Amino acid sequence: MAEEKKKKKMCIIVSKGTLDAAYPPLILASTAASMDWEVHLFFTFYGLDIINKKKNKSLKVAPIANPAMPMPVPNIIGMLPGMTAMATMMMKRMMKKGNVPSIEELINMCREMGVRFYGCQMTMDVMGISEEDLIPVDACLGAAGYLDIASDADVNLFI
Amino acid sequence: MVEADEVLDTSGLSCPMPVLKAKKAMEKLSPGKVLKIIATDRGSVGDIPAWAKNNGYELVDRGEENGKFIFYVKKPE
Repeated sequence: MAEEKKKKKMCIIVSKGTLDAAYPPLILASTAASMDWEVHLFFTFYGLDIINKKKNKSLKVAPIANPAMPMPVPNIIGMLPGMTAMATMMMKRMMKKGNVPSIEELINMCREMGVRFYGCQMTMDVMGISEEDLIPVDACLGAAGYLDIASDADVNLFI
Repeated sequence: MVEADEVLDTSGLSCPMPVLKAKKAMEKLSPGKVLKIIATDRGSVGDIPAWAKNNGYELVDRGEENGKFIFYVKKPE
């Protein structure tokens, strides 16, 4: 009799809180979940903004010091008030046009498919974020707790 | 050509939506049935076969119709 195959497992440390940096971990997580993988996301430092209810609807992308913008903005212009809002609006519009789901939609799909979310307890303490500030998470962990989960993963990423 | 029991059209959708929609559609499908997936996302050419393999679904056939990518995926009995 064939033995039940062990599920593949992916763990990602999500450390950045800009709009552009929020996409890769959520796309990979939802896709892996759709491939029947077990997925764990550990949100730390600015990455916590992605699961912070007060902040995750207003993630931004900054044009300053960002030569990869689709329409390059000289730094001296990028410094002007409103430029970050403009770059963010442009990126959101671009993603919508490409039929890429929003960050909120991706989070919901991840949750629906059983992706596990963790908050970094140390970052939360330092930044004064409580568990109630976050969307429902599976746990708030320290480094050792996360490493214990990640130690036998097939794919481990830091984004 | 393979007979499809259900059809999922993901035309216009980008990565990762085709596989996410396909996963939901496969969950509703009874064992032994075949889902036809239509996609326009160029990434789906590699994505759908990889997705099927990882889920233990069989990619019974694939092709192109009117410039769209077509996949027939069977849920195991």
